[in-house]
Amino acid sequence: MDLRGHLECGGLVRAQVALGRYVLRRLIQAVPLLLGISIASFAILRAVPGGPTSVYESNPNITDEDIKRLEHAFGLDQPLPLQYLNWLGQFVTGDWGYSYISHRPVLALIGERLPNTITLMGSVFLTVLVLSLIIGTLTAVKQYSLFDHVVTGATFAFLSTPTFWLGLLLIIVFGLQLRLFPLGGMATLGAPSDIGDRLRHLVLPVATIALVQLGSHVRYLRASMLETINQDYMRTARAKGLGEHIVIARHALKNAAIPYVTVIALDLPELFVGALVTEQIFGWPGMGRLFWDSATRSDYPILMGILAVSSTLIVLANLLADVVYGYLDPRIRFG
Amino acid sequence: MAERAVVIPIPRAPRALERSQWLLAFERFRGHRPATIGMLVLVALAILSAAAPLVSPYDPEKTNLFLIYETPSLTHPFGTDSLGRDLATRILFGGRVSLSIGLLAVTVAITVGTLVGMVAGYYGRWIDGVLMRFVDMMFSFPRLFLLILFGVFFKGMTLGVIVVVLGLLSWMTTARLVRANFLSLKHRDFVEAARCVGARDLRIIVRHILPNSLAPIIVAATLGVAAAIISESTLSFLGLGIQPPTPSWGNMLKDAPSEMNQAPWIAIFPGLFIFLAVVSINFIGDGLRDALDPRHVTKRG
Repeated sequence: MDLRGHLECGGLVRAQVALGRYVLRRLIQAVPLLLGISIASFAILRAVPGGPTSVYESNPNITDEDIKRLEHAFGLDQPLPLQYLNWLGQFVTGDWGYSYISHRPVLALIGERLPNTITLMGSVFLTVLVLSLIIGTLTAVKQYSLFDHVVTGATFAFLSTPTFWLGLLLIIVFGLQLRLFPLGGMATLGAPSDIGDRLRHLVLPVATIALVQLGSHVRYLRASMLETINQDYMRTARAKGLGEHIVIARHALKNAAIPYVTVIALDLPELFVGALVTEQIFGWPGMGRLFWDSATRSDYPILMGILAVSSTLIVLANLLADVVYGYLDPRIRFG
Repeated sequence: MAERAVVIPIPRAPRALERSQWLLAFERFRGHRPATIGMLVLVALAILSAAAPLVSPYDPEKTNLFLIYETPSLTHPFGTDSLGRDLATRILFGGRVSLSIGLLAVTVAITVGTLVGMVAGYYGRWIDGVLMRFVDMMFSFPRLFLLILFGVFFKGMTLGVIVVVLGLLSWMTTARLVRANFLSLKHRDFVEAARCVGARDLRIIVRHILPNSLAPIIVAATLGVAAAIISESTLSFLGLGIQPPTPSWGNMLKDAPSEMNQAPWIAIFPGLFIFLAVVSINFIGDGLRDALDPRHVTKRG
């Protein structure tokens, strides 16, 4: 026993060094990747017709000179590569620019919306996590039972439902017909702030996103559980007299959850980016709405800020997923 | 003396056997009940949409102010909308738009993805490195945000633009799939054999490796159609896709949020058809996966 512990310890240190090197290498690789993404985002924003001054073009009181002056003020008259470098230089130093419309700092605008988005997507995240673990395990354990068939059918249905339509249906049924939940917004206007009211406003948007996500997550966990359930070590665990609950929870679920953790990690960027369509339907003032409003007004600094944040999060989440997977599954070696 | 090719007789793969592989797959597909039902529903939807002018007596775009918000009845099975147009008719005509966008966008995506995956997987080295970093980059873009930017700046997209934009934003999965297949197949004996008898790269790729990679491509394409239909309907719902009065399943729902109180059927029926189409396609994809990958089935027991 002692000897084994000793050996494992040496292996562990080596593994940790390898892991550290791997993370470092991936982080270094992420830099050109992110630069490429930001250049592409910048190019796309500028390549498409329209622009921040196009709203003034139809206004007869604003002359061409005025537009030129505005473009100069925004720095839009400089060559594109220079504009990009200016943006990049300011971005890395924490100056994300100012909104063309409200003239407020982009960082502050994003900071205002972020808590709302985290409230919404955090609730979704927790709901999906808890429910998928419970439902996914139960369907796998009771494979081919009525419960399994119902759940499998339901997950397939939710997977195939457009999010926005599900949102509309929930509003019609639970908002308009049964009048159980409010139709939109974050809180009742004019009413004193109260936690019950806030929670009631959360239910429908959370349910909309969570049901669609649950579809794919439960399916994934079920498949992964079914694979582990037939492994030899499960028979061993039962043979040595462990109770069925312990066998399932400690031996099956723990192993089945390893690939599932990576699926969850890949969902993390949504915590910050939000769910644009659902926010739109339910009038939820989150990041998705901010992006939408800025896109319709060509507010480049905000768009660039959100694009940069969201793509950085996606890249980091990918890295996290790989690292966590390797960390939980010792068979994976980081070369 | 000009070099002369030495002709070595090589026994050809018996064609009958090759065909029976697909026949076997077809048999397995038919045995998959949800997939067969999905196929029937989808074919019915496609035929009804294609024959919309024959099926419906109404004009999809002509407004009639005396028939606003008619509740579903025998003459108007799904009711009428805010401009008095028959909803069922518009759904059938919308099906033409939505289904063809799904198919065409996937055609674009599969073509690009297969080409990129083939080149990266077969040639490897720096070409692979460059192409795969590009795939990484495309994957790291928030897709919906880009779609919205394109939609906003094009002031609503025409069918052609949607097809190209959706296609160019969703080829990456296929590229990775094809690449992985090519990587694992390119050193197999049958490929080496083809190379030995002097087959060129293009012939090896097209005649030998690609046919062996078709199964996952077909499955990915099928599921891709479902995803494309959802993307298109989302865009049109947001008002950025197909513009009214031309109906698409998505843009018919555009005004639904403000009409839900007086005419909930406007919110229900077009979405129901998106759902029907997508669920059918997903079932077909599931069935195809089981049919084309026999190992997958046996593993299920």
